[in-house]
Amino acid sequence: MAAVLRFLTRTREPGRLGWTDILAYSYLVLGVVLILAPVLWLFVSSFKSQRALIESDPRFLPYEQVMVTLPGSTRPVGLVEWKDKDGTTRILAQIRPSGTDVIVADPAKPGETFAVPRRETKPHERVHVRVENYTEPTLEGGRMGTFYFPRYFANSAVVTIVATLITLTISSMAAFALSKYRFRGRDTFMFLIVATLLMPATVILVPLFVVVKNFGMLDSLWGVIIPGAATPTGVFLLRQYMLTIPDELIEAARMDSASEWKIYYRIVLPLALPALAVLAILSIIWRWNDFLWPLVVLSHSENFTLQLGLSSFKGEMNDATHYLLAMTVLTLLPVSFVFAFLQKYITTGIANTGMK
Amino acid sequence: MRWIVLPLLAALDPPMRAIQRRIGIERLAYVFLLPTMVIFGIFSFLPTALNVWISFTGGSSTLVSTRPFVGLDNYAQLLACESIFVPKSCPVAGFGFWTGMWNTLAFALVQVPAMVVVALATAIVLNRKIRARGFWRALFFYPVMLSPVVIAVIWDWVLKRRGILNALLADATNAYNAVLAWLPFQAEPVAAFQPVNWLGDANSAWPFFWVVFVYSWSHLGFFMLILLAGLQAIPKDLYEAAEMDGTPPWRVFARITLPLLMPTLLVVLVLSLIRAFQVFDEVYVLTGGGPGTATRMVIQQIYETAFVSEPKLFGVAAASSVLLAGIILVLTLVQLALSRKQAGG
Repeated sequence: MAAVLRFLTRTREPGRLGWTDILAYSYLVLGVVLILAPVLWLFVSSFKSQRALIESDPRFLPYEQVMVTLPGSTRPVGLVEWKDKDGTTRILAQIRPSGTDVIVADPAKPGETFAVPRRETKPHERVHVRVENYTEPTLEGGRMGTFYFPRYFANSAVVTIVATLITLTISSMAAFALSKYRFRGRDTFMFLIVATLLMPATVILVPLFVVVKNFGMLDSLWGVIIPGAATPTGVFLLRQYMLTIPDELIEAARMDSASEWKIYYRIVLPLALPALAVLAILSIIWRWNDFLWPLVVLSHSENFTLQLGLSSFKGEMNDATHYLLAMTVLTLLPVSFVFAFLQKYITTGIANTGMK
Repeated sequence: MRWIVLPLLAALDPPMRAIQRRIGIERLAYVFLLPTMVIFGIFSFLPTALNVWISFTGGSSTLVSTRPFVGLDNYAQLLACESIFVPKSCPVAGFGFWTGMWNTLAFALVQVPAMVVVALATAIVLNRKIRARGFWRALFFYPVMLSPVVIAVIWDWVLKRRGILNALLADATNAYNAVLAWLPFQAEPVAAFQPVNWLGDANSAWPFFWVVFVYSWSHLGFFMLILLAGLQAIPKDLYEAAEMDGTPPWRVFARITLPLLMPTLLVVLVLSLIRAFQVFDEVYVLTGGGPGTATRMVIQQIYETAFVSEPKLFGVAAASSVLLAGIILVLTLVQLALSRKQAGG
């Protein structure tokens, strides 16, 4: 803790921490708490028992009541703590309620039952991390009503990977043409590509749906993948980068009678790799998180992406919060990992293009 | 990855070589542009034209040729109000549209300034000589990576009636009263905290507040990043000169930072305005537009008119989109002009 404090308070001139520095760090700490606390709360809640979630147990750790099965019975019963008259705390099995009392027994002597006032008992709890919240809907093929997590995860993965590959390929081809060729209508093409910024999918929702339907791509992953595969942001990002690749390299390759396609994929693509990486990351985030367009295109639940599955699960299953929270954590993990490892590329990439 | 992609690209070499021999090197550019332009043509330009056409047709057919022409009927349903400021004075379709439109406008007018001010403050703090700047910057950016659905689940969980926020506020009230009781003088304890139904209380502004808050929470990092890049482009020697002259900090901000950051700030303002007018995902999953119609935005209205209600009113939805597209169009043109001016220096 002291080391952390020393690290945070170190400034250019050691030993001098002005009031503005203190203000700045307090601001940052407050901001980080506001950003991380809700995510962290989701994470710890996702390991709690269904009962703790329904009762909205505000404690940080996942407590749950210890259950035992008494001999001669098949039904597990909960343990409670009760203070005896001599002041010792006894741990008793709660057998059944009886008015304002509960009938209890010592687990070691289950035959001798007696009544204690309910008010004087409290549940005997232990910390138990419920990994089942994660394993039941995933590993054990858990279909919950219409919710089928592994299927949604696979659909989202297919959409994200295929769409990103298509976007990278066609955007880099277009960028290559716009940066390395002089041809009639080049400015017109540039203008048309900018013009698509004026028509985001949200304002052409109905006709886009009609077009996709007439192409027979409704309720299929292709209907999610193809319409957004061409992106003005991607073409511009790559074109700006390719303009910095010297034309001499291309001329030299032409001298060696390389075909134009070979120049594109053997020379230009490898040199544009940093820009391609930025576009790849952007595309992965866009596709993984996309909601409105899949919501319009996909109607059968087996075609849902993760975001759709999660949102319909949230609407339908009010008593399955333990699964909802766990599946939400699984949904945010991939982008969180991508971010943790590549945050430098992402933040510089977005700052440079000014686009998301 | 390389072992899958490279052979695929290599396989395309012979056909592309054949095309190159046929049409020549220069015209090969059109072939390279073809896939992108075909997709833009079919999924961007064609729908834009269709949008206008569909807005003049009725019925619920998705086959454009079979849709009956109804003239300005759909627009009349949206605009035949005694006053567009009073959605109740409109026909049913107009009621939904103007409710959504005014909600969206209120949302944009509150959310954009609030978020931009906080984003600017954060960028200024991060632009100081701060330890572990990359770490802080990354943390503020993190919510941008999360999906709207994930964000809605997180905040729904925090804000529900028996959620952690109400529990924390109750604890804080109790702790405050406990401290008061310890004090040597008499102090009036505050009343015990009553849990608030943050997202469901129709008689308060809380649902609207939280919708603005959650949306800003998730988009702040993106705009903070652009503003930070703008701040770092301001020449350092200006600040050094100001420091030598002993200029007070607020004056440095008003005379150097703000004027030089203005182009970036304008782009950020317009960009966040364009986004705010298209707000849907977070709000729809968090509140579903409720309670009542308190957080119902115009995109939700369009989506439900076209795809949820029975019969499906594609014409009315398209007409609503055309009206919304007008706003987005103007804003985007302003943004492009600003960006161009900025790039041109």
